[in-house]
Amino acid sequence: MTDSVSLQMGWIPHINAHFRLQWEDAQQAYVLLYPEGMIKLNFSGGEILSLCDGDITIQDIIDELKRRFPEAENLEQDVLEFLSVAFEKRWLVHD
Amino acid sequence: MSTPPFWLLAELTYRCPLQCPYCSNPIEISQIKDELDTETWFRVMAEARKLGAVQLGFSGGEPLVRDDLIELVAEGRQLGYYTNLITSGIGMSAAKIAALKEAGLDHIQVSFQASDAELNDFFAGSKKAFAQKIAMAKEIKRQGYPMVLNFVLHRQNIDHVDRILDLSAELQADYVELANTQYYGWAFHNREQLLPSRQQLQDAEAVVQYYREKFGERMKIIFVVPDYYENRPKRCMNGWGNIFLTITPDGTALPCHSARQLPLQFPNVRDWSIADIWRDSPGFNWFRGDTWMREPCRTCPEKEKDLGGCRCQAFMLTGDASNADPVCDKSPHHQRISEVVAKAQLTDGRIQPLLFRNWQNSKELIASRGGEEV
Repeated sequence: MTDSVSLQMGWIPHINAHFRLQWEDAQQAYVLLYPEGMIKLNFSGGEILSLCDGDITIQDIIDELKRRFPEAENLEQDVLEFLSVAFEKRWLVHD
Repeated sequence: MSTPPFWLLAELTYRCPLQCPYCSNPIEISQIKDELDTETWFRVMAEARKLGAVQLGFSGGEPLVRDDLIELVAEGRQLGYYTNLITSGIGMSAAKIAALKEAGLDHIQVSFQASDAELNDFFAGSKKAFAQKIAMAKEIKRQGYPMVLNFVLHRQNIDHVDRILDLSAELQADYVELANTQYYGWAFHNREQLLPSRQQLQDAEAVVQYYREKFGERMKIIFVVPDYYENRPKRCMNGWGNIFLTITPDGTALPCHSARQLPLQFPNVRDWSIADIWRDSPGFNWFRGDTWMREPCRTCPEKEKDLGGCRCQAFMLTGDASNADPVCDKSPHHQRISEVVAKAQLTDGRIQPLLFRNWQNSKELIASRGGEEV
């Protein structure tokens, strides 16, 4: 069903033009908007996707998150898992 | 306590160049002429956004007949909405698609009546509709929009689901909505001519399953089941006054697009703020929660699941909007559904001509009911 993805650290991810990432005050969360629907992201999902701006690589994103959350355990693995799902669901594309 | 609205559906006008006999607009379209002006729509959008609404749909009728559509889209986008245009494609042009994009429109949904020109144009009541829709669907994709194609299914096109999905793939649709007709408004009037047989429905579901596996995430297929073939009712609008807010062309605020027919007072945005409508108006509070429920819903272990079903369907089929939706086989009125379903299994039934949705038919129907005022 879904196309499997093997991530490369040098990819530069950005949000698929068919989705819009936006901070929603009423939800106190980042949301992904798409035709007639919305995905509410949890805290870590929102932090990750908001760094997927088409300027920095996956490696840079992980480094930045490690700077922001030095206490987080298994951060790299969690980020890669989330990104892999995000590519599978076509929320993200890369150059 | 109420949750914030999620969806604001702006029915900008009941005017429409097409005449689809399954339209869910009310029969009374010819009586409702006093459309809201641009400034009032701006206020409605701002107030609903402030409450938390995120999705904004421009619908109708045909929203493209409004001269201020581009201004409305620009305002909606600037307020932070995800903006959806729900259109027949009639009245559209490449230049208009570009201008809407410039204004910030996020997505376009184009409705088709069938996968071939002949059946499409018969149902649309327009000889040029199909060619125009094809041309506009291609242009929408060329300009980089996400595109949803919507096909309303009924007994005369449900056997073509394979061709419909092939056409959708050829047009590079991102989503296809195969929406079995919901029997409200004009569709209710034409119910016998539209309801498919059980066999037709099962065949269509099998085809959909095959195409879902074929396309996966590339083209998502949404199949809206016809609730007449269920034995539990749908969780209508995900709850009354829960996430959905419709504003009709004349400013009446409704918890769903069919609720105007119910014997309740619904507030008008000309007199009320959206916050007061949503939180405090009697119409929006009437069927919130479950204290309004009667038996068999009141003590039903499944009441939280389906919330008693659709209030409009209960009203249309039992005469009382507080009854269980008669789709439910626990409803004492369930035979109102099963009789219609039994009839739909006959293939040689004499079929009345379809009644097309237009001003003339609207006026004649109202006159035949004794000219009741709306």
